[in-house]
Amino acid sequence: MPATEPKSKLPDWLDERTGWRMVRDLADHKVVPIHAGTAWYYFGGITLFLFGIQVITGVLLLLYYRPSVAEAFDSVRFIMTRVEFGWLIRSIHSWSANLLILAAFVHMFSVVFTHAYRRPRELTWLTGIALLGLMLGFGFSGYLLPWNQISYFATKVGTDMAASVPVAGPAMARFLRGGEDVGAATLTRFFAFHVMILPLIAFGLVGLHLLLVQFHGMSTPSGVSASQLAQMKFFPNFFLRELMIWYGVLAVLGTLAAIFPWELGLKADPFASAPAGIRPEWYFLAEFYTLKLIPSHVWFFEGELLGLLGFGLLAAGWVALPFWAASRSGDHRARLVTGAGVFLICYLATFTILGYLK
Amino acid sequence: MRAPAILFLVYWSLGVASAADSCVTCHSAMEGDTKGPATLIKNDVHFAHGLSCADCHGGDRSSDDPTIAMSKAKGFKGKPARTAIPRFCASCHANPDIMRKFAPAERVDQYELYQTSVHGKRLAAGDANVATCIDCHSVHDIRAVKDSLSPVHPLHVAETCSRCHSDKLKMAPYKIPTNQFEEYRSSVHWEAMTKRGDLSAPSCASCHGNHGAKPPDVESVAAVCGTCHVTFEALYEKSVHQAVFSGAGGGGGCIVCHSNHGIHQPSTAMLVGPNAVCSACHDAGTGPAKTAAQMAAWIDGLDGALKQSETVLARAEEYGMEVSEAQVRLLDGRENLVKSRLALHAIDPGQMRQPIDAGMAIARETLAAGQAALREKDFRRWGLAVSVILIGIAILAIRFLIRRIEANGSREARGPQQGPL
Amino acid sequence: MATQPESGLTPASGSRQDRRTVVSWLLGGGVAASLASFFYPVVRFVNPPAVSEASVNEVDAGKVQDLKPNSGKIVKFGNKPALLVRISDTEWKAFSAVCTHLNCTVQYRESRRDIWCACHNGTYDLNGRVESGPPPRPLEELVVQVRGDQVVITRRA
Repeated sequence: MPATEPKSKLPDWLDERTGWRMVRDLADHKVVPIHAGTAWYYFGGITLFLFGIQVITGVLLLLYYRPSVAEAFDSVRFIMTRVEFGWLIRSIHSWSANLLILAAFVHMFSVVFTHAYRRPRELTWLTGIALLGLMLGFGFSGYLLPWNQISYFATKVGTDMAASVPVAGPAMARFLRGGEDVGAATLTRFFAFHVMILPLIAFGLVGLHLLLVQFHGMSTPSGVSASQLAQMKFFPNFFLRELMIWYGVLAVLGTLAAIFPWELGLKADPFASAPAGIRPEWYFLAEFYTLKLIPSHVWFFEGELLGLLGFGLLAAGWVALPFWAASRSGDHRARLVTGAGVFLICYLATFTILGYLK
Repeated sequence: MRAPAILFLVYWSLGVASAADSCVTCHSAMEGDTKGPATLIKNDVHFAHGLSCADCHGGDRSSDDPTIAMSKAKGFKGKPARTAIPRFCASCHANPDIMRKFAPAERVDQYELYQTSVHGKRLAAGDANVATCIDCHSVHDIRAVKDSLSPVHPLHVAETCSRCHSDKLKMAPYKIPTNQFEEYRSSVHWEAMTKRGDLSAPSCASCHGNHGAKPPDVESVAAVCGTCHVTFEALYEKSVHQAVFSGAGGGGGCIVCHSNHGIHQPSTAMLVGPNAVCSACHDAGTGPAKTAAQMAAWIDGLDGALKQSETVLARAEEYGMEVSEAQVRLLDGRENLVKSRLALHAIDPGQMRQPIDAGMAIARETLAAGQAALREKDFRRWGLAVSVILIGIAILAIRFLIRRIEANGSREARGPQQGPL
Repeated sequence: MATQPESGLTPASGSRQDRRTVVSWLLGGGVAASLASFFYPVVRFVNPPAVSEASVNEVDAGKVQDLKPNSGKIVKFGNKPALLVRISDTEWKAFSAVCTHLNCTVQYRESRRDIWCACHNGTYDLNGRVESGPPPRPLEELVVQVRGDQVVITRRA
C-alpha cells in the first residue's frame, strides 16, 4: 500500500466533519477582473493585513500593559525598555495604526474613483464607512493609553470638541470621558473601547464586509461588465501577489519601527500647562485646523458650532454617497462623484499639511 | 418716629468715632505734609493693634480743640528730634511688659543692640545723619517685617540699606565705599532671593546684623559665612588658610577668595587661569600653585567625564534604550563632584581623592552602560537589515512561484493574458 | 512548492532543473527564515523579562534582626535609594533617601536621632520634615511593614 494513503484519509476525515472542501471550492472560483485599475484591488487586503497586525501586536502589548493612571506610562516604558523586542512590538503597533488609517482612506477613495459603491454594493460601502469610523475610534482611544503629556492633552482637546456639538455634545463628552474631566475614568473607558468594544464591533463589520465582497464578487469599471474582461484566479495567483505586497508592508513597518521608534514622551501631568503646539494626530488634523480657522462668530452663529455642523453634513453626505450618486433615470452621476472625491482629497490633504505647518 | 431715631444714632456714633481720634480726623482734613501721617497710618501695624497718634506723640485724642489735643499738659511730645528717635521707639519696644500685650514672642533688645552698632554709637555722639529706626522701618506706615511691602522685608532689606550706603554724598564724610549694593546685586545670594524666591538667602542684615549693624571682625567672617555654609567653615578652620586669612591683617577669612558682597558662583577658574585667586598670593610653579592646578584638574576632569556619560546616555535614551538605572547612578557621580568641591576647602589634596576617585569610577561605569546601550541600538538596526533582506528573498521567491505557475497561462480563468502584473 | 512539477510543463533539461531546484530551495529557505525572523521576536517578547515589575511599589528590606534600634540603612527602592530607620524595637520609619535640596543621599544620624544630608548640612526630623538647612521640602515618607521577621517597604497608597 502506498505510504501516502493514511495521509489522504485525513482530508476526507475532516471533510466529512467540517465540509472544508466546500469552502475550498468556493474559494477556487473567486476571480479578480484584469483591467487598468486592478492594482487598486490590493488596498482592501492591505487594510485587512494591517488590521491583523494591529490585533496581533495589540494582544502582545496586552500581556504587559496596565490600564491605570498610576501604572500606564511606566508599563509602556517597561515594554519599550525591558521586555525583549518590546520596542519593536510597540513601535510596530503605533506605526501600523497610522498606516492602517492611511490604507483605509486610500481604499475608500479607490472605491470612490472606480465607482465600486454602485448598486448592488451600497451595503458594502456602508459597512466600509462604518469601519473607517471604527478605525478612527481605535486611533483616538489607543492614543490615550500610553498616558503621556501629548496623549493626555490631545484627548482633552478632542473631547472638548465633542462637547461643543449642539444638544448631544456635553452628554457625549461625559460618556467618552467617564466624567467631567479627562482622568482615570477616561483611561479605563478608552481601554475598554480599544481592546474589547471596538474590536467586537470591528470583527462583526469586517466579517460582514468581506462576506458582501465575496457575495457580489469584485466590481468592474462603469459600463464594463465582468464577462467582457479577462479574469485572474484569486487563489493562488492574486493572493500570491497580495502576499508579496504584504511582505513589503512588513518591511516598511520594520524599518519605521527600528529607525523611527515611537517616542515614550513625558508622563501626563494634568496640572502642567498643555505643551505648546498641542494638536491631534494627523488623521484628525484637517478637522482640527479647520475649526481653528473659523472665526469665533460667523453672523450670529458660534463659529465652532458652524464648523461641527458642516462636518456633520459632510459626513452624512459622504455616507449616503451611493444613494445620491444614482440618479432616478438609472444613470450614474460619475462626474459628480469624482468631483466630490477630488474635492475631499484636496481639502483633507491641504488642511492636514497646513495643520502641521502652523 | 423710627427714621429720626436711626439718623440720630448714626450721627451720634460718627461723633463718638471721630471724637475717639481727633488727631486722625483733623489731620485728614489738612493738606500736604500735615495730612500725610493721617493717611499713612491706615497701613501701620500699630494702628491695626488699636494704637494711634497719641500713643506715641502724647496729647488728648478725644478733644477736637487743637490747643487741648496738642497741649503739653496732656503729655503732647510733638515731633521728636532725630537723635531722640531710638529712645522714643524703645519706650515701648524695649519694655517687655508692654510688648507682651501685643506680641509676646517679639524681641525687646533692639535698642540695646542698636546702641552697640556703628549707627547707634555715632548717633549718641550727636551725628543725626546716621540711620535711626524710622529710616529703615519707615514712620507712620510701619509694616510688619513679614509684610511684603515693608522696607525691611527680607526681599527689600538690601535696597533699604543702599538708600544711604549707595549715596556717595552721604557716605563721603565717613569714607565708606558705596558699591556694596551694586556688587551684591551681581551675587548668587541676590539671585537666590530674587530669582528663586529663597527668602533664606542672606542680605545685608544676615551678615552685618540688623539693629546691631556692624561689619563682622576679620576673625569672625568664617563663622558668619558658616552659619549656612557649615561644612565649608569646618574644613576651612582646620586648613592652613585659617591662620593666614582669619588672623590680623589677614583679609577676612572666606572673603579673601570669595569676596564679601559680590559673591559669584565659584568655579575652577578661581584655582587656575588668568582670574585665579590663588595666584594673588602663590607664584606660579610653587607647591601651592601646583596643588591648586591639581585640584582644578581633578574637578574639571570629573565634571567632563560626567558630562560625557550624560551625553552618551541621553543619546541612547533618544533611541528608546533603557538607561534609567545608569542615569540614576550618574546622580551619585554628581554628588561626588559636589563633595569634591567641598573637600577642596581643606586645601589638602588627600581629602579630595576619595570623592574624585569614587566619582570617576561612576563616570566610567555609566559611560560603559551608555555605550552598551548604543551598541544594542546598532544591533537592532542590523537585525532590521537582515529581516528586510529575508523579506526581499521571500518576495522574490513568491514572484518566482507566480512566474512558474503562470508560465503555462494558467493565471486566468479565461481570456488572453494581460494586466498590470 | 519547491520541487513539484506543474501540469502542462514539459520537463526541463537536467541542469536547468537542478539550477531550478537549488534556487527553489534557497528561496524556500529565505521564506522560512523570514517567517522565523517574525516569530523569534514574538516568542522572546512573551517570555517575561528578568525584572517583572514596571514600577516598584514594594521592596524587601532585610530581616528584623539585621537592623539595631536607633540605626538606619540605605535600601534600593526601584532605582532610587530609600532610608530605613529602626527607631526602637517596634518602631520603624522609611523615607525616600533623596535629599530635596540637590538630590544627595541622606543618612540617619544616631547621635542626634535625626536624618542628615552631608552635602550641605540639611537635617530632617524623624517625620521627614525639614529641621534646618537648605532643603526646601520634606522627605517623601514610605510605609514599613514587618511581616514575621521580614521588613518590607512599600509606597504610600
